[in-house]
Amino acid sequence: MTAVADEAVLQSSFDSTIAHNDRIEPRDWMPEDYRKTLVRQIAQHAHSEIIGMQPEGNWISRAPSLRRKAILLAKVQDEAGHGLYLYSACETLGVSREELTQKLMSGAQKYSSIFNYPTLSYADVGTIGWLVDGAAICNQVPLCRTSYGPYGRAMIRICKEESFHQRQGYELLMTMMRGTDEQRAMVQESVDRFWWPALMMFGPPDGDSPNTERSMAWGIKRHTNDELRQRMVDMTVPQAEALGVTLPDPDLRWNEERGSYDFGEVDWEEFWAVVKGNGPCNEQRLAHRRQAYDDGAWVREAALAFAASAGRVASASEDSAGRVASASERIETKEETR
Amino acid sequence: MTGVKAEWPLYEVFVRGKRGLNHVHVGSLHAPDDQMALRHARDVYTRRNEGVSIWVVRSSAITASSPDEKDPLFAPSGDKVYRHPTFYDIPADVPHM
Repeated sequence: MTAVADEAVLQSSFDSTIAHNDRIEPRDWMPEDYRKTLVRQIAQHAHSEIIGMQPEGNWISRAPSLRRKAILLAKVQDEAGHGLYLYSACETLGVSREELTQKLMSGAQKYSSIFNYPTLSYADVGTIGWLVDGAAICNQVPLCRTSYGPYGRAMIRICKEESFHQRQGYELLMTMMRGTDEQRAMVQESVDRFWWPALMMFGPPDGDSPNTERSMAWGIKRHTNDELRQRMVDMTVPQAEALGVTLPDPDLRWNEERGSYDFGEVDWEEFWAVVKGNGPCNEQRLAHRRQAYDDGAWVREAALAFAASAGRVASASEDSAGRVASASERIETKEETR
Repeated sequence: MTGVKAEWPLYEVFVRGKRGLNHVHVGSLHAPDDQMALRHARDVYTRRNEGVSIWVVRSSAITASSPDEKDPLFAPSGDKVYRHPTFYDIPADVPHM
């Protein structure tokens, strides 16, 4: 069988799996671009969870009560867990954890721009839970049905936990709204700062999102950026009314004909500036991540040395290639069939 | 510093959701040794009472069937319809069958 014909057979088997809405699993043949797109998307998602610990972690030591502190600790720990589920899913595509970590720290791979905005008051902890995690839920629920098995399974796990994040945020804001005028003003000021960046989380408008169409054909994405953004606006307006805050958009109004809210134009110049590294906290977030990585180096080394001395591990370097090996094995198998 | 190149080995994690159920694969993680893998698995995969028992096993210790062998491996059972109860015609009025 010629290589071209062989490739065609593999491709048609892949296409039929996608067409049947079945899942692609780690050792299946997949087009290289499908793999690359997934690595980029899952890595971006994992990095977002990891960097996302920083804006809220900022407030752990200054939580207003023990109750709020325990909640915030649990939430930030969840973000770490979500990052790990996603790294684990990404590694099934043949990239190593070390490579992912290095690419985050060098800026070669991105994380969500929302985390490049600062958290200036405790109300921001509530607003992040409500709006940022709310937007994340909008984005993530459809991803539970994504075509790549390990990614979908990680998303199911994450979505189960994300609901706690949103509810604790909304409850925090409700509590502040029942407080003093000053507290209500803090909530409004926080919502004013986060509303537009939260809408930017869905990515550029469909016209400027060249990968969307292909990702949808592959079943990686299930909805376009603009569809999800609209869904977020429609869900949030009644929540804002119940809370008693104003969303900072003079063009926001119900459109009877569409059965949806019309809303103003996102400042895409700001979006691209932050993506390109010029947001308020880009440098600080990456510097903090690098610092944490460097500070933890002795722990990683010591744990390995202890495991080796106790004879608990045969050879760490040999085994670290385990998952990567299964990916290269996949490629070798392909070579053999040729 | 970026001199640390040796990664912690990869482990696969299996959790028993509750008594009476099988352990089910839930994901993977890196750990320096078996004991630490178990501790990490507890933190990463059971923060909300998701399990009553955890197994961890080195990913390198797992032997898996290859997707390419799917047909020769599983096809032979496809034509053995007589292995299924529905293969046999039993009159409808025979009870408890």
